[in-house]
Amino acid sequence: MEEQVDIQQIKPPTYAKGPVGWLRENLFSPWYNAILTCVALLFLYFVFKGLLTWAFTEAEWNVIPANLQLFAIGPYPRDQVYRIWICLYILSVLLGLSAGVWRGIVQRWTIVVGSILLVFLVIPFEIVQREDSHLVSIEFRFNLIWLIFESRRWLLGDVALLIGAFFLGQRITRLRPWILGGWVLSFPIIMFVLHGFGENAVQTSMWGGLLLTLILAVFGIVVSFPLGVFLALCRQSKLPAIKWVSTFYIETVRGVPLITILFMGSVLIPIFIPYFTIDQVLRMMVAITLFSAAYMAENVRGGLQAIPRGQHEAAQAVGLNYVQSMMFIVLPQALRSVIPAIVGQFIALFKDTSLVYIIGLIDLFGVAKSIITNPVWLGRHVEVYIFIALIYFSFCYAMSKASQEIEADLGVGKH
Amino acid sequence: MNENTTNDPIIICEDVHKWFDDFHVLKGITTTFKKGERAVICGPSGSGKSTFIRTINRLEEHQRGTIIVDGIELSNDLRNINLIRQEVGMVFQQFNLFPHLSNLKNITLGPMKVRKLSKRKAEEEALALLERMGIADQAYKYPSEVSGGQQQRVAIARALAMEPKIMLFDEPTSALDPEMISEVLDVMRELAHSGMTMLVVTHEMGFAREVADRVMFFDEGVVVEEAAPADFFDNPQHDRTKLFISQTLQH
Repeated sequence: MEEQVDIQQIKPPTYAKGPVGWLRENLFSPWYNAILTCVALLFLYFVFKGLLTWAFTEAEWNVIPANLQLFAIGPYPRDQVYRIWICLYILSVLLGLSAGVWRGIVQRWTIVVGSILLVFLVIPFEIVQREDSHLVSIEFRFNLIWLIFESRRWLLGDVALLIGAFFLGQRITRLRPWILGGWVLSFPIIMFVLHGFGENAVQTSMWGGLLLTLILAVFGIVVSFPLGVFLALCRQSKLPAIKWVSTFYIETVRGVPLITILFMGSVLIPIFIPYFTIDQVLRMMVAITLFSAAYMAENVRGGLQAIPRGQHEAAQAVGLNYVQSMMFIVLPQALRSVIPAIVGQFIALFKDTSLVYIIGLIDLFGVAKSIITNPVWLGRHVEVYIFIALIYFSFCYAMSKASQEIEADLGVGKH
Repeated sequence: MNENTTNDPIIICEDVHKWFDDFHVLKGITTTFKKGERAVICGPSGSGKSTFIRTINRLEEHQRGTIIVDGIELSNDLRNINLIRQEVGMVFQQFNLFPHLSNLKNITLGPMKVRKLSKRKAEEEALALLERMGIADQAYKYPSEVSGGQQQRVAIARALAMEPKIMLFDEPTSALDPEMISEVLDVMRELAHSGMTMLVVTHEMGFAREVADRVMFFDEGVVVEEAAPADFFDNPQHDRTKLFISQTLQH
């Protein structure tokens, strides 16, 4: 009996605790780790010293606030900017409603978006605008301040709509199918609002900046995903014709650089089909989507192959037909197991949209290029590149983070 | 013959052949199962016993001969296959539960998508089945969160939820730890007494002796011997059968 009591009183072994203990254990434990730590610290010191010194003394950041609108929408006509706000309002209402109805992950991300908007609402861009930027004319600066003020007014409305829709969504959960339909419809509606018609029409050649980047990326992601799943299923088909066509497509597209596909869309299609013109931006949207779909298909196929045969058999034995067993049994498991690869493809696509700069579209990267070549901002290219790098990074990091949360939500690796 | 067995044939197999590439797995199986009959199929591994019951709901295609299940001939006609799969439930050695769905949803999926039941009705039935299996408290867990014996009982409930006329069991206890075998066998015993037509591939000779109406012994793609369990175990006719029985009963 005594022994039993003893066993129950044994405590787990204790390890060094507190920050000092942690440091000793992880950074300085054997002597060679201590040396490595010191070398690394020295390296970081020199890198960051240079970077921070440059960022706070030499860099002239006023190029960013002065061109904020250019970064955002490129050459889109300034008197038509209200249309972009209408689009943002549509998206905010949908996002707010979705957050209210679905909660969970959607709600968390809506809060993130809302917080970012709130931050924009209070950041005083005007003050960042330095006094010594004498190259900017008084008139231009006045206009700028006016534009910023106007933007705030719209932004305020946007935040209000987002919050309002959120509370509305919480009340009325029956809205689900309507919200889904709204999301599907939102894309064509937004394209229509941005383009307009008649004498106020804004040709897509005037679309630019982050706006264009997002249009290309969102369309590419949303369409290439189902297309990729479809291609993957076709490649697994037992019917040889379907299998071969799909395999041929995937291998051909994967064997060609994106840039050639963009050039084909830009240069060759107007030559091959001279009877009518297809809009340049639309051609690029389709080119990026078709390119990405081939990679997506291979990612999905990897997931499909990992599903044990017993799952197909069990689905058949329960009486599910092919479509049902794919929809409810095979694809949910296959897709969730390849989320990292799929999101990796999304991220690659987002960054690849910058290649449309080469065929003359003025996306975020194109805007950066055009600002640098402007004599007014001569020599400010590092600041501009760092700024757009941060924008690309924020979107890609958000996608990566969201995918991790979705994985946790779906219980990947748990069941 | 048990009290539920009738004289109506429900599965008729005529000269069923099956090849895996050049390997002749089934070499002309001819047999008839009656409604309510409980048949245990045994034999060494590779003898074709699993392949045989898998041809009955067409998880394997037979290449010669005919199989008629409940009046429907198995052919390449997809509609026939889907009709038969609704009448024939199957339980697998490895359970093959859907890991991304809760136990309850594993059971309700078929009834909702194939029998077109409402979600409420399907869940009602599923909970009743889980109760019958003795695991009502596991309904909202995922398959990976319950024991092997419980998973296999969920799998049995999933098959029963389609209200099949015939149940196929493909070595249902072979992947289980010894102490979990009996909980699955209890459920199968209960099912047998309810009058279900059952074809069970198993090495559980105690179960065969107690529950079966007929024991079939497969070897190298043919039925070597079939008899009522008492005759089969106590008075086997063929040398191959005698050897098999002595080997299985030894341990």
